[in-house]
Amino acid sequence: MSESSNLADIARRNFLTRAGAVTGAAAIAPGVFLSVTASARPADEAVTARKRWGILVDTNKCASGCNDCVTACEEENGWGHSEPESNPEQKAHWIRTVDIRNKSTGFAKTLPIMCQHCETPPCVDVCPTGASFRRADGIVLVDKHICIGCRYCMMACPYKARSFVHEDLHDQKPWAPRGKGTVESCTMCVQRVDKDRIPACVEACSADNHNALIFGDLYDENSEISKALKAQDSVEIRGDLGLNTGIRYRGI
Amino acid sequence: MSQFLPALRVFAVLLSLLLLLPQAATADDDDGGDKETLPFSELSFPEPERRFSATQKCVRPVAEMRRNHMTYILHQRDETMHEGIRTRQYSLEECVNCHAVKNDEGEYVPVNGPDQFCASCHSYASVNIDCFQCHATKPVRPSTLHTQSSTETEHTTRELSGTINPLLASEGPAQ
Repeated sequence: MSESSNLADIARRNFLTRAGAVTGAAAIAPGVFLSVTASARPADEAVTARKRWGILVDTNKCASGCNDCVTACEEENGWGHSEPESNPEQKAHWIRTVDIRNKSTGFAKTLPIMCQHCETPPCVDVCPTGASFRRADGIVLVDKHICIGCRYCMMACPYKARSFVHEDLHDQKPWAPRGKGTVESCTMCVQRVDKDRIPACVEACSADNHNALIFGDLYDENSEISKALKAQDSVEIRGDLGLNTGIRYRGI
Repeated sequence: MSQFLPALRVFAVLLSLLLLLPQAATADDDDGGDKETLPFSELSFPEPERRFSATQKCVRPVAEMRRNHMTYILHQRDETMHEGIRTRQYSLEECVNCHAVKNDEGEYVPVNGPDQFCASCHSYASVNIDCFQCHATKPVRPSTLHTQSSTETEHTTRELSGTINPLLASEGPAQ
């Protein structure tokens, strides 16, 4: 008896939570909705595997020479100008733009590449300390508290997404701690995602009206990203590796 | 055997002198009458900019924080990193927000500076802290401690009684 009533309670509670969220969103202003409202997770609740965060990159919409997603990431997470002594290959690159060109036709385009947030990440497989890990909601992170800076993950990553900090750093952002001797990469702006905001790169891209990046929950059929993925074709970079990446691309 | 006895006697006297000497020294000190102050109490460090509440200075009673602050921070660190739990009560950023003070020019001094809150005790205790190799040493954004978690939630109370490190305890790293 108690079990079934518990289930009923949970169902009722879920319904009430959702109803509350919907009214909350609707009450902001008629016709104005926040992009990611559905279920605000309380600050003291752990992330679950019921969500999987992802980004769809439509490279057809990437403006040639546009670097706004990169600068937005630098600004948000405080990298880019922090290592004056390192050479360009050594410097941090959480996200970078890559120019690709079709040799036979000469057609060229630019696209952003960052951590692809694989479902089965090679960086996690090779990490000897457990510092490289995949969060329940699909975001792949480095726990710098236990990272020993061995850089195995950098070698394992097929996307060259990770970088190693070679210099003492100062004036880091409180929400994005980084330091010498540890490996780092795109965090999908986990500090923002945990507060129901979208990553800085996605925000910058839509602020420019390029809208090449769509962020959302891949498991939620009604999310913008799931609808977009269902409507049109998309690929994973190095899909042959079978890593099931959270970042997907169109137009490459 | 008897030829060794005088030597043994001299040795015994010397030994007892050595053993009694420290007691004699402390006995002299106690004669002062006043309770001696611990060297620690002579340390001075900047007062935090604000109190957690009208009655409580810090997020926990001060005596408890002095002894256990590292446990609170360590616990919070793993939960935030691996589970995305972002309560503010034991957040290192909130420690900095409160304990970093401004200099005469009105600019924040790094909280790990030599005379500042963290370093004043830690240098006395010869404990090196690595927190600020990565973490910000100055307040950057306003505190949200009171708006988000000034009341005790189930989560914050569980931290005291529960296992210190859930990752090591049972579940393994969050998947």
